[in-house]
Amino acid sequence: MRYIPNTAGDIESMLSIIGVRDPDDLFRSVPEEFVLKEDLVLPPALSEPDLLSHMREMGAENAHAGSYKCFLGGGAYNHFIPSAVARIVSRSEFYTAYTPYQPEVSQGTLQAMFEYQTLMCELLGMDVSNASLYCGASSSAEAVLMALRVKKGGTVVLSEAVSPEYRRVIRTYCRHGAASIVEAPFDESGATDVGRLEELVNGTTAAVLVQSPNFFGVVEDIERLSALVHEKKSLFVCSFTEPLAFGILRPPGDFDADICCGEGQSFGIPPGFGGPHLGILTAKENLVRNMPGRIVGRTKDEGGKDAYVLTLSAREQHIRREKAKSNVCTNQGLCALTATVYLEGLGKSGIRTLALANHEGAEYAKKKLLEADWVKLGFSGPTFNEFVLRLGHDPTEVVTRLLDKRMIAGIPLGKFYPGLGDCLLVTVTELVSKNDIDALADAFKELY
Amino acid sequence: MKSHGITTLSIQEPLIFDQGSEKRCAFSLPDEGRFGPIEQSIPKHWIREEIEGFPEVSEPELVRHFTRLSTWNYGLDTGFYPLGSCTMKYNPKVNEEAACIPGLSGAHPYQPESISQGALRLLYDLERYLSEITGMDRCTLQPAAGAQGELCGMMLIRAHLERNGSGRRRVLIPDTSHGTNPASVAMCGFEAVPLKSGTKGIIETDAVRNLMDDDVAAIMVTNPNTLGLFEKNIAEIADVVHKQGGFVYCDGANLNALMGMVKVGDLGVDIVHMNLHKTFSTPHGGGGPGAGPVAVKETFAPFLPVPEVVKEKNGIFAFNDDLPLSIGKLKSFYGNFLVCVKAYSYIRAMGARGLRQATQTAVTNANYIRKRLEGHYHLPYDDHCMHECVFTDRLQKKRGVTTLDIAKSIIDRGFHPPTIYFPLVVEGALMIEPTETESREEIDRFVEAMIDIAEETEKNPQNIKDSPRKTKIGRVDEVTAARKPVLRWSPGTDE
Repeated sequence: MRYIPNTAGDIESMLSIIGVRDPDDLFRSVPEEFVLKEDLVLPPALSEPDLLSHMREMGAENAHAGSYKCFLGGGAYNHFIPSAVARIVSRSEFYTAYTPYQPEVSQGTLQAMFEYQTLMCELLGMDVSNASLYCGASSSAEAVLMALRVKKGGTVVLSEAVSPEYRRVIRTYCRHGAASIVEAPFDESGATDVGRLEELVNGTTAAVLVQSPNFFGVVEDIERLSALVHEKKSLFVCSFTEPLAFGILRPPGDFDADICCGEGQSFGIPPGFGGPHLGILTAKENLVRNMPGRIVGRTKDEGGKDAYVLTLSAREQHIRREKAKSNVCTNQGLCALTATVYLEGLGKSGIRTLALANHEGAEYAKKKLLEADWVKLGFSGPTFNEFVLRLGHDPTEVVTRLLDKRMIAGIPLGKFYPGLGDCLLVTVTELVSKNDIDALADAFKELY
Repeated sequence: MKSHGITTLSIQEPLIFDQGSEKRCAFSLPDEGRFGPIEQSIPKHWIREEIEGFPEVSEPELVRHFTRLSTWNYGLDTGFYPLGSCTMKYNPKVNEEAACIPGLSGAHPYQPESISQGALRLLYDLERYLSEITGMDRCTLQPAAGAQGELCGMMLIRAHLERNGSGRRRVLIPDTSHGTNPASVAMCGFEAVPLKSGTKGIIETDAVRNLMDDDVAAIMVTNPNTLGLFEKNIAEIADVVHKQGGFVYCDGANLNALMGMVKVGDLGVDIVHMNLHKTFSTPHGGGGPGAGPVAVKETFAPFLPVPEVVKEKNGIFAFNDDLPLSIGKLKSFYGNFLVCVKAYSYIRAMGARGLRQATQTAVTNANYIRKRLEGHYHLPYDDHCMHECVFTDRLQKKRGVTTLDIAKSIIDRGFHPPTIYFPLVVEGALMIEPTETESREEIDRFVEAMIDIAEETEKNPQNIKDSPRKTKIGRVDEVTAARKPVLRWSPGTDE
């Protein structure tokens, strides 16, 4: 086997040093009845060329943004990934290393994570960031658990306009906590209904979680929501699925959010049929000791040189095991590195230009797609790079019929919101050209 | 033999925030105004200024920055990485290439199933391969890491108990278990009850019998345990637990000792999680992403996370969200799909015989190290080990040299240190797991370096205590890091 250096001859001489004859002798602590007598039932081993052909065949059965005009978003986005990003993160010094427990031989990963934490704080206007969690949904769930620790229990209010993935995962993580979870509806603008939210928040509310831009692409009035939540002495948690929006939008930290969390896949990470992505979690400084996950800090080595190290580990499992703030151990380190390279490459002006290009494309599409007389805008609120259309026909049928034209028109919302059975979520990133939008608008007109 | 120490060029590289110059950008950006004049829908007072702390660098500066940082890392491709219980085996390059195939890396999680058949097929088949390898009936690929797999498994047990009207709350956790186990149990609202292993380093059936009552929901066993020993009483223990209405959870982090040789399902285990980033060769990525699939016996199938992948009568693959008893979703979408792609690619490259050969070789390599270091280091348990062996610093401590010193000295000799001070049940533990992907020569070099450290300890212990000397930085001040945390760079704070 090509991944195993030691040959039968090597093994034989090693076994003689160990003092046994056969490798099976080393398994004598396993009761005889449990040692398998037959091979596992698996397909036969493939050579590397055959394996690659097989994998390519599997890949060829799936659409992707290179083979279809793709208007999908809703939590995973098709953004251009510059070659420099892909090349850097494929350096095996990064991707074949373990969690940086030994700082003397891990300064590359550790300094990069310190830069990542800085970038997240700057982007979101927050004080502290951890070094990543699994995905936007689980980081939002961890944010809720964190708020419950800080507030020593209570109820949680979620906006219905938060990603359905996030809400479901939050509910799973809270299954066995004391918290009851209530949801605040959205209004005709597509934003959280502030009046209804106000009714739901009271003295027992530990935290309120909203998303901006929300699942409908609508930018929430974070300033107003944050003030309302803080008036009731609850924690304000703001999540996101499209962090590129904060290239032009004022971030949650500007409006006094206590915790800001969400998905970082947009920053150089491919959609990958849903993962691995990047869970971002940031907070105000006073909450840092309640944060889950790894955190990198700057210190000195014994010679007085700057050094980086995993720190605040009293929060983690290896100190007081069952009192840990979370069970997170392996995180999404390489995805955090990817986001770091991507954001540093874009830089101050690049992120703004790119965010603006996304927004303008979506605004153009919003107008253009309404040219078909059976298409209406779903919500009136301001949006970033995605928006909801209300169709006069079944959205799933529309999407299915347009596959023949090699277009994926959007995400039908009925599966997530029964009340929005006639709605389609359309996303426009910089990879969607004016021609693509015009083609989708023409296709809409030809359909009915 | 030619020497393999470290003598390398290490270039200083400041934070990116101290580099670059105004108006630089590393990437090509979309043309402004490509849609003509656009009226923006966002109110002016919600628009931000430029992000003050973001850097401005060109592509060559960016690439050089990270290339320099990368040289300060020790990766598995750099050399031997014998971290016990972490299974740092070689990450085959073809797996990385497979995960970059456009139809896999570029597939969107919400694209219609009719144009996602390859991805669905891969998930469906991988679930079945993992079930076969573990001897279980069903499997979910959703958990993103081992710890999330543990949480998933505990939730499955709780859901199953509640469905049957049981309010059991205690989970037995042996002292040789993984650090995340008690935290995962606590997150699920269970109480972790410590279980002492016996004098031979394994769990004794009577110890379980004595703790077992109507309030025990499960026992959480790592097998082989973190001493590298097979829990040979496991089937009997499972019987005791089952008879009293409890379940057996297996932390499968050490599955590399069993693949193709033993099916954990045959041992009476009800639920097991795997770490694809350990046993199935996917890279650790400097801390992730991993994947922690959970395999279960049929009785737990109704509670698995949604969605599941099903194969319909016409051979078409589809997602099924309709599992009314499901514990719900644990993460966005369907798991760390591209990690699953790499594990799938590994299993297809290895086949049944290859997996068995991997296990046998891993166990041989570990026993070879155990044998060769015996006498030079104290062995707390004197028996054949499985995939890893545990030594302590007892002999070296007499000269004032500790496990930490040994670990740092190993770095100076060109190797990554073993896992240290774990498992907790052994004082000053050095836990060595070579895996099957190291050659005998590399293992010999490591063994000789370890013997050299033991000898140097006798002659000049201070030399060991002063290591590492060849690394970019020396030992770090962790106390100040935690007491006065500096967790980010801030604009205007350049020294």
